[in-house]
Amino acid sequence: MAATDASIGAVPKAPKPSWVKRNKLSIAPWIFLAPALFFFAVYVVIPIFESVYLSLFEWNGLYRADGTSTATFVGLDNYVRLWDDAQFWTSMRNNVAWLILYMLAVPLGLFIALFLNQEVPGMRLYKSLFFFPFVISQVVVGLIFGWFYNPDFGVVGQLWKFAFCEETVNFIGNKTFECARPAPDILSSAEWATYGIIAAGLWPQIAYCMILYLTGLNNVASDQIEAARLDGAKGWKMLWYVVLPQLRPATFIAVVVTVIGALRSFDMIAIMTQGGPFGSTNVLAYYMYEVAISEFGERYGYGSAVAVVLFAIMLVYISYFLWRMYQDEKGAR
Amino acid sequence: MRSIMTSALALAIAAPAFAADLVINFDDLNPAPKAAFEAAVAQFQAENPDINVIVNINDREAHKTAIRNFLTADAPDVTSWYPGNRMAPFTDAGLFQPVDDVWDDNGLRETFAAIEPTMTRDGTTFGVPYTYYQWGIYYRKDIFDKLGLEEFETWDDMLAGCAAMKKVGVTPFTIGTKFLWTAAGVFDYINLRTNGYDVHNGLTAGEIAYTDPRIVQTMENWAQLIEECGFVDNHASMSWQDALAPFSNGDAGMYVMGNFAVAGMKDTGLTEDQIDYMQFPSINSDVARAEEAPADAFFIPTNAKNPEDAKKFLAFVARADVQSTWNAAMGQLPPNSEATVGDDKFLQEGMATLSTAAGLAQFFDRDAPAEMAQAGMQGFQEFMLDTSKMMDILERLDGVQAEVY
Repeated sequence: MAATDASIGAVPKAPKPSWVKRNKLSIAPWIFLAPALFFFAVYVVIPIFESVYLSLFEWNGLYRADGTSTATFVGLDNYVRLWDDAQFWTSMRNNVAWLILYMLAVPLGLFIALFLNQEVPGMRLYKSLFFFPFVISQVVVGLIFGWFYNPDFGVVGQLWKFAFCEETVNFIGNKTFECARPAPDILSSAEWATYGIIAAGLWPQIAYCMILYLTGLNNVASDQIEAARLDGAKGWKMLWYVVLPQLRPATFIAVVVTVIGALRSFDMIAIMTQGGPFGSTNVLAYYMYEVAISEFGERYGYGSAVAVVLFAIMLVYISYFLWRMYQDEKGAR
Repeated sequence: MRSIMTSALALAIAAPAFAADLVINFDDLNPAPKAAFEAAVAQFQAENPDINVIVNINDREAHKTAIRNFLTADAPDVTSWYPGNRMAPFTDAGLFQPVDDVWDDNGLRETFAAIEPTMTRDGTTFGVPYTYYQWGIYYRKDIFDKLGLEEFETWDDMLAGCAAMKKVGVTPFTIGTKFLWTAAGVFDYINLRTNGYDVHNGLTAGEIAYTDPRIVQTMENWAQLIEECGFVDNHASMSWQDALAPFSNGDAGMYVMGNFAVAGMKDTGLTEDQIDYMQFPSINSDVARAEEAPADAFFIPTNAKNPEDAKKFLAFVARADVQSTWNAAMGQLPPNSEATVGDDKFLQEGMATLSTAAGLAQFFDRDAPAEMAQAGMQGFQEFMLDTSKMMDILERLDGVQAEVY
C-alpha cells in the first residue's frame, strides 16, 4: 500500500517496486502450488494422455536397438477388440460386483462405530482392535485370507475335515483324510472366487469406514440429541433423523473412499488368485496389468485401452465428486 | 537383489587399466544355479586374465521385467534368456545379435544339433544354451512296487495302473494348476504322444487350429486321463510346490513334471529309493517320441559394448567340459551332446531320454506367443476343472489364435 501511494505521490527518490513485489499476493500461491502441480502433471496428467495415445497403437513394449519404438498405429482397433473380448466383460462384471458389495462396508462400519461409541473401560483397546485390519497391508490381508480359504490346511479346510472327514491310514501307511464330500475350494471356483476376495477386501474397508464414523460421532451435537430425546425420539428414528444427518460429511467421505477402493482393487486379486481360475476374478485394473505388464502380457496398446476405459468410468464418478465439492463450497460462501 | 561380483578381489585390483570389461546379466538367485554360474565365471576369468568380468545376478521374475529396459537403455555384453518364442520379440526387434559365427567356428551345429532349431529364427542362430532338463512322469516307486506295477510303456498300461492305484485309494496324479503352466506340461505331453512333434510346433506356431480333429483327439485323451486316472482335488488352488504334499504323503502316485521337482520331492523327506522317473507312455505307436526340454541360454544384446569378448564367453559356455561341470553343479543336463552328466540317476535317465528323442519341444508357454500361451493355459485349467466345456474352450482358443498370428 505504502509503495503504491509513493508512486502516485511522485516522490522522486522512491524506487519503483519490482514486478515480483507488486504481484506478490498473486504469485505466492502459485509458488506453493508449483511442486505439487509439477509432480501431479508428471505422474498423473501426462500419463493419462500417454495412455490414451498408446491405446491407439499395437505395441509389445520394446524399443529397437537404436531406440526407436516398435509400435504400429492401429487406430481404434484395440477398442473394437475390447468390445468382443469375453475376458474384458468378465472383468467389467466383477468390477460392478466389487462396487456394489464393497458398499456394505459403509453401513457395517457405521454400526460398528455406533456400537463402539460408548464409555466402557478399555474401549480404546477394543477400538484399536477393530481398526487393526486397516493398518495391515492389503497384501497381508490377501495372504491371510488365501490361507484361510485353503481347502487343505486353511480354517475352511480344517473345519470341513472336522465335520465331514475321517482320519484313516493310506496305502503306504501315512495318515490321511477321507471326506464324505470334497472341501469347498472357494478361490478356485469360477462362481465364488470373486466373492471370496471381496469378503477379504471388506474386512479392512469396514475398519476404515468405522474410524471415519467414530470421528464423525465425536462431533455430533449433544444438545440436539438431548432435544430430540425430550421430543421422544429414540432407536432407529433417532439414528435416521438426528444422528445420520449430522454424519453426512463422514458418510460422504466413506462412500468416496469405498468407491475408490472398489475400483482400484488390485492387490488382493494379485495375491489371492492372479485373476484366476481362468480369468474369472479379473477386474479392469488387474486385467490391464495382465495384458500389458505381466509375464504373458506384452500388449501395451491393448492394456492402455483397458486403462482408458477404467479411467472413463472413474471420470464419471470423479466429475460428480468435484461437482458436489463445488456446490458445497458455493453454499458455504 | 543385485550383487556384483568380481571373481577375485585381488585380481580386480591388479587388473591392468586397459582390461576390457565384460558385463554379464544372469537371472537365477537359487543357491545351486548361482554357485554353478559363479564357478564358471571364475574359470573364464582365470583363463582370460585380460578380461574384467562384471556380473549382475538378478531374481528370475525381476530379470524378465528388467531385460525389456536394459536391452535398449543399458545393455550388458551377455545376458541370460530363453530360446524359442520367448526370444522372438527381442530378435524381431533386433535387440539380440546373431551369433552364427560362434556356432560355425566352434562346431556347435554338430554338438548342439538337437537344440539348434529352437535357437534359430528365420535362418539365423541366436545365443548358446548352457543347460536344460527333462520332463516326464515322476512316480512313487514304493507304491508301484507294493502294487506290483512296472513303468508304463503304453497308454493302456497307464490306465490299468491308474485303476490299480485308485482301488487302494491312491490318486494317480498330483498337480497344482494355480499358476497355469503345469497344466500346459500335461497338455504338451498328451499332444506330443497323440500327434507328435510337428503338430506341437504347428499348433504353437499358429498353423494348426485348436478345433483341428487332431487337437480334439488330444483333448479327448486328456479327458480320458482325468476320468480314468484323475488328478488331486483342489489343484487349481495349489502351486506346483503345494502339490508335492499329497505326493510325498503317498496320497498321490505320479507327477508330470520337470526334473527340478526332484529337489523339492527330496525336501519333503522322500528318499532316492522312493521316487523314480519314467518317460511319458506312448499313445499312438506310429508317433516318434519327442520330449519337452526347456533350455536356458546366453545371448549377446545388439547394444553390447564388448561383443568380441562376449563371443569368447559364449564359446566358453558351449565347451563340453564347461557344460559338464556347470550342469553337474546345478543338477541339470548339458545341451552339448559331447558333455558328460553326473551319476545322479535322474540325470542319467534324462540324458538317455533326451538324447534319443525325435524332437525337443521347449514348452507350451515358450513355443507359443505370450498372448496365445496365456489364453491357452487358462483354457487348459478350465478344461481340467470341467471337461464338458472342451469344445467351447477350443473354439475360444481358435478366436485368440486368429487374432495373435
